[in-house]
Amino acid sequence: MSAIRVPVVEKIFSANDRMARLNYNRLQKDRVFSVNLMASPGAGKTSFILQTIKRLKGVHRVGVIEGDTAPVTIDADKIIQAGMPAVQINTGGDCHLDASMVSDGLDQLPLNELDLLIIENVGNLICPAAWDLGTDVKLLVSSVPEGDDKPYKYPNIYRGLDVLVINKIDLLPYIDFNMDYFRQGVEMLNPGLVTFPVSCKTGEGLDAWIDWLTSKVKEKKLH
Amino acid sequence: MHELSVTENILSLASDHAQKSGATRVTAINLVIGQLSSIVDDSVQFYWDLISENTICAGSVLNFSRTPAVFRCLDCHHEFSLEARLSPCPSCGSLRNQLISGEEFYLDSIEIEK
Repeated sequence: MSAIRVPVVEKIFSANDRMARLNYNRLQKDRVFSVNLMASPGAGKTSFILQTIKRLKGVHRVGVIEGDTAPVTIDADKIIQAGMPAVQINTGGDCHLDASMVSDGLDQLPLNELDLLIIENVGNLICPAAWDLGTDVKLLVSSVPEGDDKPYKYPNIYRGLDVLVINKIDLLPYIDFNMDYFRQGVEMLNPGLVTFPVSCKTGEGLDAWIDWLTSKVKEKKLH
Repeated sequence: MHELSVTENILSLASDHAQKSGATRVTAINLVIGQLSSIVDDSVQFYWDLISENTICAGSVLNFSRTPAVFRCLDCHHEFSLEARLSPCPSCGSLRNQLISGEEFYLDSIEIEK
C-alpha cells in the first residue's frame, strides 16, 4: 500500500480564526468598539485600563475581560471597584487568551449596554500575538523599563499591532532607553503605527490616547 | 509557549481531512512554518506523539518546512532576508520594508493510506 498525498493548505489557527469572526460579529451587532490589549507582565496593563476608565466615566460605558493564568481576581476586582463590569477568565495556565475563551467572556457581559470592550490579555509578548480574538484593534502596552530592544526581540507582536502605547515615560530620565532606536525598530516592523507615549503615573500623554479612542468608539456607533 | 494548543489544532485539522479522504491511517503531516512564527519543532513533535496516540494520525511523521523571513525595500525594491537581527535595507538604508514571507503557519498536506 502506498501513501497518497492529500493537499490541505489550511491555516493551523483556522478554528480560532472562525471563532474570532463570530466574536467580531457579536460585538458589531451591538456596535461595541473592542481592544485586545497585550503586554509583558508589569508593563502597566491594568493601570492603563484604570486610567482609561477613569477618563471615560460618564461619557462611555466600558466592559473589561481580564485574562489571567491563575484563578486570582486582583485585576477584575480593581475594574469593578472603578464601577465598570468586568469578567475574569482563568486560562488554566495557558499563556494567552484564545477566541473561544473570549466568547465565554462575552456571554457574561451586558454587550447591549456597552460602548467599549477592553480585553486584557495574559502578560506575554509571544503567544498572544498568534491568537486573533476578533477585536477591532490590537494594542500593545510597552514600557520604558523593559528596554529599547523589545521590537527587535519580539517582532511578531509588533507586526500585528494597530496601536502602540509606550508607558512609564516619566522614568526616561533614569533609564538607558534610546527612544529613537526603539521607534526605528517599530517603524521597520509596522510603518506608521499609531503610537502614544504616556505615563499612567503622571497622566502625561493620556489625553491624546483618550481623544483617539473616543473618536474610534464614536465611529463604531455610526457603522 | 503554546505548542500544546498548536499541536491540538494540527491534530484536529489533519484528522478532519483524513476522514474526509476516507483514510485508514495518516503517515505524514506536512507543515509550512515561517521563520517569524515562534514555534519550537521539537516541542510540537513531543506533544504530537502524546496526543495523536489512539487517533487516525497515530505513528505519523511531522515534516516541518521552514520559510525564511524575507523583506522587500519599498524604496529601492531590494529583497533581503532577516539575518541575526532586524535591520534597515542593506542596499539603501531605508526603514520602509515590507515583509513578503516568513509568517506562514499552515498545514500544507497530509499523506494517507486507504
